[in-house]
Amino acid sequence: MSEVLTTLLPSLVSLALALGLALWMLGLLARTKARFAGRAGAPLMQRYRDVFKLLGKGAVYSRTTSAIFKASPIVALATTLVALSMVPLGEVEAAVHFDGDLFVVAGLLALGRFITMLAALDTGSPFEGMGASREAHFGALLEPVFLISLLALARLTGASSLTDMMQALHRMDAASTLPVVVPLVAALGVAYLVENSRMPVDDPTTHLELTMIHEVMILDHCGPDLAFIEYAAALKQWLFAALLVGVVLPIASVPVWASVAVGVAGIAVVTVAVGVVESSMARLRLLNVPGLILGAGAASVVAFLLTGMVH
Amino acid sequence: MSPLTLVLIGIGLFLLAGVLSWALRNHGALAQAAAGVGGVAGALIGLWGAGAALVTRATYDLQLPGSMPGSTLHLGLDSLSAFFLLPVFFGAGVATLYGVSYLKHDQAKRRIGRTWFFYFLLAASMGLVTIARDGLVFLIAWEVMALSPLFLVLFEHERPDSRRAAWIYMVASHLGAACLLVLFLLLSPDQASLDFSTYATSVDARTVSPTLLFALAVLGFGSKAGFVPLHVWLPEAHPAAPSHASALMSGVMIKMGIYGIVRVLALLGTPEESWGWALVAIGASSGILGVVFALAQHDLKRLLAYHSVENIGIITLGLGLGVVGWARGETELMVLGFAGGLLHVINHSLFKSLLFLGAGSVLHSTGTLELEKMGGLSKRMPVTAGTFLVGAAAIVGLPPLNGFISEFLIFMAGVAGVGTQSASVIVSAMVVVASLGLIGGLAGACFVKAHGTVFLGTARSDSAAEAHEVAVGMRFGMMVFAIACVLVGLGGCFVVPLLAAPLTVIVHQDAALILPPLLHAADSLGVALTVFAALFVVLLALFGVRSLLAKKQPAVEVETWGCGYPETTPRVQYTASSFAHPITRDLSSVLRTKESSVDLESLFPKRGHFHSHAPDFVLDLWLTPLFRRVARLAERVRVLQQGTVHLYVLYIALALVFMLMWLR
Repeated sequence: MSEVLTTLLPSLVSLALALGLALWMLGLLARTKARFAGRAGAPLMQRYRDVFKLLGKGAVYSRTTSAIFKASPIVALATTLVALSMVPLGEVEAAVHFDGDLFVVAGLLALGRFITMLAALDTGSPFEGMGASREAHFGALLEPVFLISLLALARLTGASSLTDMMQALHRMDAASTLPVVVPLVAALGVAYLVENSRMPVDDPTTHLELTMIHEVMILDHCGPDLAFIEYAAALKQWLFAALLVGVVLPIASVPVWASVAVGVAGIAVVTVAVGVVESSMARLRLLNVPGLILGAGAASVVAFLLTGMVH
Repeated sequence: MSPLTLVLIGIGLFLLAGVLSWALRNHGALAQAAAGVGGVAGALIGLWGAGAALVTRATYDLQLPGSMPGSTLHLGLDSLSAFFLLPVFFGAGVATLYGVSYLKHDQAKRRIGRTWFFYFLLAASMGLVTIARDGLVFLIAWEVMALSPLFLVLFEHERPDSRRAAWIYMVASHLGAACLLVLFLLLSPDQASLDFSTYATSVDARTVSPTLLFALAVLGFGSKAGFVPLHVWLPEAHPAAPSHASALMSGVMIKMGIYGIVRVLALLGTPEESWGWALVAIGASSGILGVVFALAQHDLKRLLAYHSVENIGIITLGLGLGVVGWARGETELMVLGFAGGLLHVINHSLFKSLLFLGAGSVLHSTGTLELEKMGGLSKRMPVTAGTFLVGAAAIVGLPPLNGFISEFLIFMAGVAGVGTQSASVIVSAMVVVASLGLIGGLAGACFVKAHGTVFLGTARSDSAAEAHEVAVGMRFGMMVFAIACVLVGLGGCFVVPLLAAPLTVIVHQDAALILPPLLHAADSLGVALTVFAALFVVLLALFGVRSLLAKKQPAVEVETWGCGYPETTPRVQYTASSFAHPITRDLSSVLRTKESSVDLESLFPKRGHFHSHAPDFVLDLWLTPLFRRVARLAERVRVLQQGTVHLYVLYIALALVFMLMWLR
């Protein structure tokens, strides 16, 4: 019983916190950007209201679409949610962890992206096809970057599950792992920006369909479907933030409940940092995004090679 | 009955079905019936035999006296042969069912008898290749296997591109066979006995360097498997054959190249580490170039053929890590690498056959394979669309389907590789993981493009708008493969430990040593299975929530939102080429896509057009000039051939003199 209390319960609580606070995190990001722009900004809870409002609305489906279009929001949300259960929040164990779980996480995220892109093509809309095409392009380039980064962690820690990797990393001497952690944060940071359609890759607040990536793919979704998609996007952002927190978290030996709090605080810090990046950068031209991803790839390879120096 | 006998009966039934349907070619329906019954019966009996051999893990041997003095016809069945027989019998059996239905409207034509004859000859010879235990039998079976598809490729022989495809195929497969002839002679210790048992025991007695033998095997078998740059025949030959035959060629026949390499590895014993690097390099280049070429295609079958090159690359990445681990004595790396490669052989045979059958159904009902003329077929062909989607998700390696399981094993081999102390192993493991990730991402893009433009959106041409679902037999064939993809995916934790049997044959090590890494991976896959179950529950729950919400606010149907522009036509949709354009533009230096267009100009533009074609640069820029140069050289040698008897007598005399001097 005590074992359940010390390991499983904190994991479940941190998962519940992710489900509960992911929309708050988006509010925090919006608030950060608003403050930079000199505005007061929307209330932190605004995203909850948006999602609940959407849940209460009726759906409108295009006559062109098929079952894939209706399935995609559900699959996107379910895959992200289940993937999230395998990602540790900093020092706290993930609810489910086993050797090789990182590949299942990557696979589930890819499944969500795959069906979202198909749903975009299902509408027959040129705009959504354009969005799907860009998503496919950047997603394909990012896949090896993400995997090499995690492989570098695997090599550094000798572990092969995300939870074990993070915990082992926190037990290592922070000064000696620094040469690996710095390029790793760069690579995973770019992965965060690309996967979650943030500036400088994609502008989630733009009003021109021709310049969008993620938003234009979901142009025809509305009502509960759009609520699911928005929530899935928030959870995915939490997932990538949790990975970043796990890599940069400097402390290990605190009581387990304290590390839950530290994890959530870490997510808030990452979110504010992303808000600062978004506010201080212009969006890249689409043609230059592959360069950014290749740069992240180079950083991940550097991190991987430098793991050999740490021992 | 011994499993080997069952396998032989299965092969015999295939041959019988082929001969019967050829003999009955003037009676279309009877020929079809003979093919269907013989094909299915042969497949079932053969699968029973191969399955029994895998379960017992025993080796079965059969020696028959040969016609030439001193020669014996040596056949055998071990776990490795049995493993490769599974896709042969399963693929051939299910594709037969589909083919009977597919060829129904061609029934009146006599060519279906010929098609079935060569189809079954191909299936039977593949069976024979896997159970051959001496070089002569192997090479004869190999040659039959190499030649019979030629006649399948020539199914529509009146078309010039079919004849070109057959020509390229024949050249490629014979260049490969030439290497194999040398290989089998050099493998033999005294160049007298070609029996495999003497190959295996003569490791020390051999004078030839094993690396040379390995290189010959990679060249010879690699041309069949479709390693870049020996892949040029695949995108030509596979689209030209009837679809059930392309399924058999792409799903199963190219795996015989992999079988050959694995069998030679088993015969050669402990490998050099450099062989593993070579395989990793070949795998990475085949995998990445295969998918990149696929992205640039807009013919569905050509696209699928390039994906076969890609998947052969994935298999080779796994085998490469396996060889590196074997050479280094890293058991976990060796086991997971080989296991991933081998399982991907089975998996690819399932989803690639499925996808080719799906392409066949699309061709059958629209009359075209041109992606830009399709669209919206999922409404008119729901079964084809649904099974094609399963195949597409499986080939991309998405959970919880079978492609994910084999790629998971290769990924885990990569993790095992970076856990070692050797720099070269670590780098090759990283290359494998990075390439597999890139291949997966690009394959995802390519199959979103393929499935999206064919089945989703609205019809881009009249033929697509009038498409209809295919006959029951064809639907059944596709569904069997789709169900198999799902079952292997969900049952990964049960399938993976079974791979120990063929692995012991390859590396000659005890199962007790091989099993632990497999069981460890299976444990992970077991947890993953519960994760997939949770995913299913969450899906159901979300579906329920949405249905409840929909009761309060019923859904409305309207036109697709066109940003306020109401007059829309199917032509505004993103095409396959435009979907892939961001990626193909990035890689234009590799692809060398030829584009020609008439742009729209002035205020009242006239018709514009755009045409693009992605040639295979290996064929057009490397091989065609090379062969042209060879032909020019050969022209010069023709001076020797004057057609006068006197001259030939002189040649004979000169040859005799030379021989006498040389052999003195």
